[in-house]
Amino acid sequence: MSFERIKEKLEILADAAKYDVSCASSGSTRKNTTKGLGNSTGMGICHSYTEDGRCVSLLKILLTNYCIFDCAYCVTRKSNDIKRAAFQVQEVVDLTINFYRRNYIEGLFLSSGIFKSPDYTMERLVAVAKKLRLEENFHGYIHLKSIPGCSDELMREAGLYADRLSVNIEIPTETGLKLLAPDKKREDFIKPMTKVKNEIIQYKSEKKLIKSTPKYAPAGQSSQMIIGASGESDQQIMWTANYLYDKFDLRRVYYSGYIPISYDDRLPHIGTAVPMLRENRLYQTDWLMRFYGFKVNEIVNNEHPNLDLDVDPKLGWALRNLQLFPVDVNTADKLMLARVPGLGMKSVHKILHARRYRRLNWEHLKRLGVALNRAKYFLVCESRDFERRDLSAIQLKSLILQNSTSKYQPLLSPQLSLF
Amino acid sequence: MLEVNALQILSYDGTFEGFLTCVFHVYERRLTHVDIQPSHVAIDSLFDAREEIITDFEKSKRVWTGLKSKTSSNGRLRLMYAFLSEQAGIERHLLEFIRYVFDSKSIVDDDYSHEAVLKVTQVAKSVGREKHRMEAFVRFRLTKDDLYFATIEPDFNVLPLIQKHFKSRYADQKWLIYDLKRKYGIHYDLKNVEMVTMELPADFDPVNTSEDFFAEEELKFQLLWQNYFKSTNIESRKNMKLHVRHVPKRYWKYLSEKR
Ligand code: SF4
Repeated sequence: MSFERIKEKLEILADAAKYDVSCASSGSTRKNTTKGLGNSTGMGICHSYTEDGRCVSLLKILLTNYCIFDCAYCVTRKSNDIKRAAFQVQEVVDLTINFYRRNYIEGLFLSSGIFKSPDYTMERLVAVAKKLRLEENFHGYIHLKSIPGCSDELMREAGLYADRLSVNIEIPTETGLKLLAPDKKREDFIKPMTKVKNEIIQYKSEKKLIKSTPKYAPAGQSSQMIIGASGESDQQIMWTANYLYDKFDLRRVYYSGYIPISYDDRLPHIGTAVPMLRENRLYQTDWLMRFYGFKVNEIVNNEHPNLDLDVDPKLGWALRNLQLFPVDVNTADKLMLARVPGLGMKSVHKILHARRYRRLNWEHLKRLGVALNRAKYFLVCESRDFERRDLSAIQLKSLILQNSTSKYQPLLSPQLSLF
Repeated sequence: MLEVNALQILSYDGTFEGFLTCVFHVYERRLTHVDIQPSHVAIDSLFDAREEIITDFEKSKRVWTGLKSKTSSNGRLRLMYAFLSEQAGIERHLLEFIRYVFDSKSIVDDDYSHEAVLKVTQVAKSVGREKHRMEAFVRFRLTKDDLYFATIEPDFNVLPLIQKHFKSRYADQKWLIYDLKRKYGIHYDLKNVEMVTMELPADFDPVNTSEDFFAEEELKFQLLWQNYFKSTNIESRKNMKLHVRHVPKRYWKYLSEKR
């Protein structure tokens, strides 16, 4: 292979793929039983980190950035005047194998602009995965993008070789989609997602009967939404996320703050800040929904359609529900402990363990490594020392904010200093 | 007076089995005022009684079997991880941990309000973190004789812990990971992993991919990787503070993309 050509293609097609934020390589186990190359252990490994702090675990590239569509928010859109390139199937296979052997990556994340037709494109993505599995005996991680509008047969084949499949919803509302991606229809996204979901269900039931049933997309499906491109509210975003989790059993929904790439009037212009803090709050909310037993409408609803930027969503919820606190460390059930601001699930488990041996006081909690700077306002324990003042939500909030520094402080302060 | 209070120091050869042999002696002889130290750090002192313990696999195995009925597999793993930290004085905490679990009726190795349990767990956690880092940050380079070669200088002695991971992942290529600090490596020959020591050439520079040792295409792939790394970064999201927290600077010299 010619390194110069490959180098140029790699630059163009990695650059175009970087806006897809998902990098997860977890959730799949593929054992290397045939003395071939690679395995997936279920826990993804970040082999490096970009300067923006994101994990690098997969070779993330587009097969091509030629595209027949013209989605306004996308650098690859037809009307954009940029350098175009296309990899050959074998080139992607060679790059993946050589990077993998050097322990640079956990596997491949392959997406593509749509050239010719959705099926034509998807066929090539599938060909890469198939070659890696069958010709190279490769057991590392493969994530393929499902091209909206492609056929069910191709989606079925894709799942036989890929660990994860994803369709990016990109725009959380239907009206936004119409405005910004006129070529795309909601059904085009729904169809491949439905197919993959059904195949996974079928695989699971067949697997029970016949052990040798070939694996089907063991790491499931994911999707991504762009935040702040179409004027949507956090409530709309989280409802859509909730719908996706519910309806298609998605493993993950990713939220990607819109990075301005054009002067199109339908969108925030180049130079507008990336809404990173908002993105972070959405991830926190997503986390609370999936692991902490929160319902969407407890966090965002018609009264609070948008998340607070200055406090995290759990603290925000607690401040609106002070009547439920303080909570007793020694008796509260798991669900309630998990709702205490400042207590992560790890701390909750440590507390549940430790309190089997003795009634816990502040000293015990500190030794367990439980961070108390915010939790202390919401807890009582085996001690006569606790927050006795009847603080209002506003007082409490300013007390907590005084004592904490956010990694987003520099992002937050320019906005706050306006007031 | 001095005699009565003298601290009994058991020294051992630095291996885990050696350490367990010492624990055996502690129990057999009911030693209470005792410390265990690797021979290369144990210092002869006027006031302490020092004794060299010869590693005995029978004895170490008996202690390990005893531990099996008193700890969870995770608890034993933490003991081993903490041991590999090679931290000065770690043996004292390990001994306390072991005493606590042997003295208790039920399994207490997750009682984190006990000082030694907590200490061992914390140290084990740092070792675990280093293990993961090494699994992530090892960078193989292909040598002229078809060997994928990597050098590392981990904070803790993690080679024994990462061997399994690399063996199952890179089953169809020969590789060698060498710990420059501890001067030994693990080598896989397509069948087994073995511990090796080697004489590196006097002019060997671990961060330079010299064409004397490495395959012709090696530098080219490093270059492709560096380029990829640059292209995948999003300038408008740059956050160096977060970046350095993920990849502490002391690891940079081994990551070709950071050079
Ligand atoms: S179809 Fe995909 S690649 Fe093409 S413009 Fe739309 S989002 Fe971009």
